[in-house]
Amino acid sequence: MLIADYAGMATRHIPATRVEAACASGGLAFRQAVIAVASGMEDIVVAAGVEKMTDVEPGASTDALTGAADREWEGFVGATFPGLYAMIAQDYMHKYGMTREQLAQVAVKNHYNGARNPIAQFQQEITLNTVLKSTMVAEPLRLFDCSPITDGAAAVIVAPLDRAREFTDTPIKVLATAQASDSIALHDRRDISTLDATVAAGQRAFKMAKLSHKDINMVEVHDCFSIAEICAIEDLGFCKKGTAGKFTADGETALGGKIPVNTSGGLKACGHPVGATGIKQVNEIVQQLRGTAGKRQIDGATIGMTHNVGGTGATVAVHILGRV
Amino acid sequence: MTVARFWRKIPQRYNLIGTKCETCKRHFFPPRTFCPDCRREGKIVDHKFAGKGTVVTYTIIQTAPDQFASHGPYVLAIIKLDEGPQMTSQVVCDPSEAKIGMRVRSIFRRIATDGESGIIHYGTKFAPE
Repeated sequence: MLIADYAGMATRHIPATRVEAACASGGLAFRQAVIAVASGMEDIVVAAGVEKMTDVEPGASTDALTGAADREWEGFVGATFPGLYAMIAQDYMHKYGMTREQLAQVAVKNHYNGARNPIAQFQQEITLNTVLKSTMVAEPLRLFDCSPITDGAAAVIVAPLDRAREFTDTPIKVLATAQASDSIALHDRRDISTLDATVAAGQRAFKMAKLSHKDINMVEVHDCFSIAEICAIEDLGFCKKGTAGKFTADGETALGGKIPVNTSGGLKACGHPVGATGIKQVNEIVQQLRGTAGKRQIDGATIGMTHNVGGTGATVAVHILGRV
Repeated sequence: MTVARFWRKIPQRYNLIGTKCETCKRHFFPPRTFCPDCRREGKIVDHKFAGKGTVVTYTIIQTAPDQFASHGPYVLAIIKLDEGPQMTSQVVCDPSEAKIGMRVRSIFRRIATDGESGIIHYGTKFAPE
């Protein structure tokens, strides 16, 4: 409603709905837009996200973000968001033996991509040492394992394919939209270091698009913390459980790798304006498919994927987009 | 958190009282009022947990929220209670002692304070067994 009013559309009495799903708000808003257009209920829908996080002091934004976890049974006892993902990282490293250096490579790679994205929040490359020597936040996660506090906005216009050329010469097709849920609290999960909602949403998306992970040219995953990217690429099926650390260290997720991950710089370097993040991911894939991604362009990209997570995996939205 | 909201949680907070489904014997903490597996065939009764468990995973919180900041670094963990359910809590020990698989027992402790004049929250923490 806020966006509709400030865009000067409220007095035209268009319907406007606020979508709230913590960090997955943008992904769900896009999905609602796609469903509304696909059903024929609406002709043109704008899915937009906006966040102004630096207007409040860090304590207030951290507290607001903790609301995405279980306030009663996680936040009450002193859990923080980095703390919850740190427990995922600890569990993962204990089970699969991933090294601290392999984990840090996620942030190094995302900063490399961010340095090639003119709208990224951080456009500087970093080294492994930048990550390994940064302030400890919650062991084993350090400052450079964490996505930042960001101001940002993004929007996508969704229209029926047969009308899309009225508005653009380069429409992009939505091949699949999928969503899944899991427990709000991390401690209620089947496995601490697998996001079952990512697994479910990913499988549903591939089924809907009649595609497999081999067909995807690049993917924007929800790297709110470095460990989140490690889990995401496994849970979406791009590599086997327990191997994402080596996969990343070997450069397979970098530009020019087997499956480039977070070409935008991801949440880590491009930024994480919470409600806008899911929309921004769609924007990056659209740019890649249009061939307008500049220095981070994946040659011949025809199909891309987005993966947006709310909380520690309570809500997941996955989309597959393709060139028309 | 208001005083009234806090009081409503006293059985769970102070005594680790959850529930159990008598049909499938599954235990729930925090308490559930129905069994998600047995649904209408389920029979839910109160269950007092023994308070013994194992650390599944943990972290050491170095950057803490304001109401916990005075503690200094603290150990946050997911604990699997012997009866089955898992819960998140703090483990009161030297951070360097914390490890996955360590046995712990529940203890009653101050959790946080709402500023200097606010109410003091008490609840369950864990200590090495």
